[in-house]
Amino acid sequence: MSEEEKLIVVPGEEIPAKEVEVKGGQGVYKKDDKYFAATPGLVVLSEEKAVFMPLESIYIPKPGDVVIGMVISTGTTYWILDIKAPYTAFLSYQELLSKRFNPGTALLSLYLKEGDYVIGKISSFDRSRNPTITLRGSDKFGKIIDGTVVEVKPISVPRIIGRKGSMLNLLVQASNCDMVVGMNGRVYVKCENRDMENVVALALKKIEAETHTSGLTDRIRSFLEDHIRGVKK
Amino acid sequence: MKKPLNIKLIGEDGKRHDGRTPEEMRPVKMEVGVLYNADGSALVEVGRTRILAAVYGPREPVQKYMVLPDRAILRVRYHMAPFSTSDRKSPAPSRREIELSKVIRESLEPIVMSELYPRTLIDVFIEVLQADGGTRTAGVTAASLALADAGIAMKDLVAGVAVGKVEGTIVLDLDEVEDMYGEADMPVAMAPNLGLITLFQLNGVFTPEEMETAIKMAEKGILHLNEMQREVLRAKYSNVVG
Repeated sequence: MSEEEKLIVVPGEEIPAKEVEVKGGQGVYKKDDKYFAATPGLVVLSEEKAVFMPLESIYIPKPGDVVIGMVISTGTTYWILDIKAPYTAFLSYQELLSKRFNPGTALLSLYLKEGDYVIGKISSFDRSRNPTITLRGSDKFGKIIDGTVVEVKPISVPRIIGRKGSMLNLLVQASNCDMVVGMNGRVYVKCENRDMENVVALALKKIEAETHTSGLTDRIRSFLEDHIRGVKK
Repeated sequence: MKKPLNIKLIGEDGKRHDGRTPEEMRPVKMEVGVLYNADGSALVEVGRTRILAAVYGPREPVQKYMVLPDRAILRVRYHMAPFSTSDRKSPAPSRREIELSKVIRESLEPIVMSELYPRTLIDVFIEVLQADGGTRTAGVTAASLALADAGIAMKDLVAGVAVGKVEGTIVLDLDEVEDMYGEADMPVAMAPNLGLITLFQLNGVFTPEEMETAIKMAEKGILHLNEMQREVLRAKYSNVVG
């Protein structure tokens, strides 16, 4: 491997490279064939290329993203979900209720009410219309009825998943919990008992606080070892 | 306001009433991420002037009629706390505060990449905790830090400083007394990396030569502030590089 150099850039600073790979697709703009940072970010410079990782970002929905939404209002044929993005998401009643449903006689709030969490997938989103959510495609999708939802910064989500899912595997294997990571920075955790859920929540908060530091997987491994021992009597 | 005859703002040694040289700024302190509930926040102190800025959003506006189809709306509220001045200031927005909210908004609009967040609203709250001159320029400096702290894409950081004329001398970074009894006051805000002047007002009269000196002086001050802004943002991530 060639020499790597790390530097932190803030808005308006030039990224000294001819080609920049932008992780997450946000945070860099181009002017006169030069690249500039638009958000605070970490640049890893090597001989061939530069990689920009934003240190602050805003979650912008992307079709295909698995997200965890919270119901904020109910219409006659749809729910509106908060997905921690600048836009609220639309969930049609047909996604949840497979049998024929007559909006004139039944109330949607019997199925999902304000404050309920839902795991789903963004099915469409563009600049002109708010995102829509689908609950088809996985048996994990649907209303959350037990477990814990942990909120983290969306910027930490790639780290929670880890390279090829390594961090997530570590968390799941060590705790034996069921986990779904929403790209919008909400993580669903379901364990055998509440104590274990709390340990995983603490581990997630630790990842959030130390997102851009190196050697994090090892620290999380020892963190989990120390704390899980206390849970299992 | 007419200056009382017994007040001397520039001493015989050329120093100002608080001991500064004409091109010297007051001591500046900056801090980011000071508020937990806000998406981004900053505290800026310039001498005794103390400004808190908080940014929320981009978020869906409550009043839907406001939205723009192609970009985010920037809403800026400059407000002076009732305890920020020596006489109690009424908390209701005054004519002056409404004007300053507008000029600060216009100084931020060219650098915020609002086209990335269509149909949303970005709220910027600038709260003057203590006023001692130069609140609008310190407000711009704080707001731009808070926007960067919130992760909102920006082409550059903006910073502002005032230049003025006091007893015939061009001075940098006026405080309350110099602003009140001086002959001219010119707040300037710039985005140094873009080479833009985004806020420019003048109260008083400058000759063309004085204007040239004044702008050069402001630029020097703003470059210094920009350097500090970048440093304080970078310090927030000091654990990243290790």
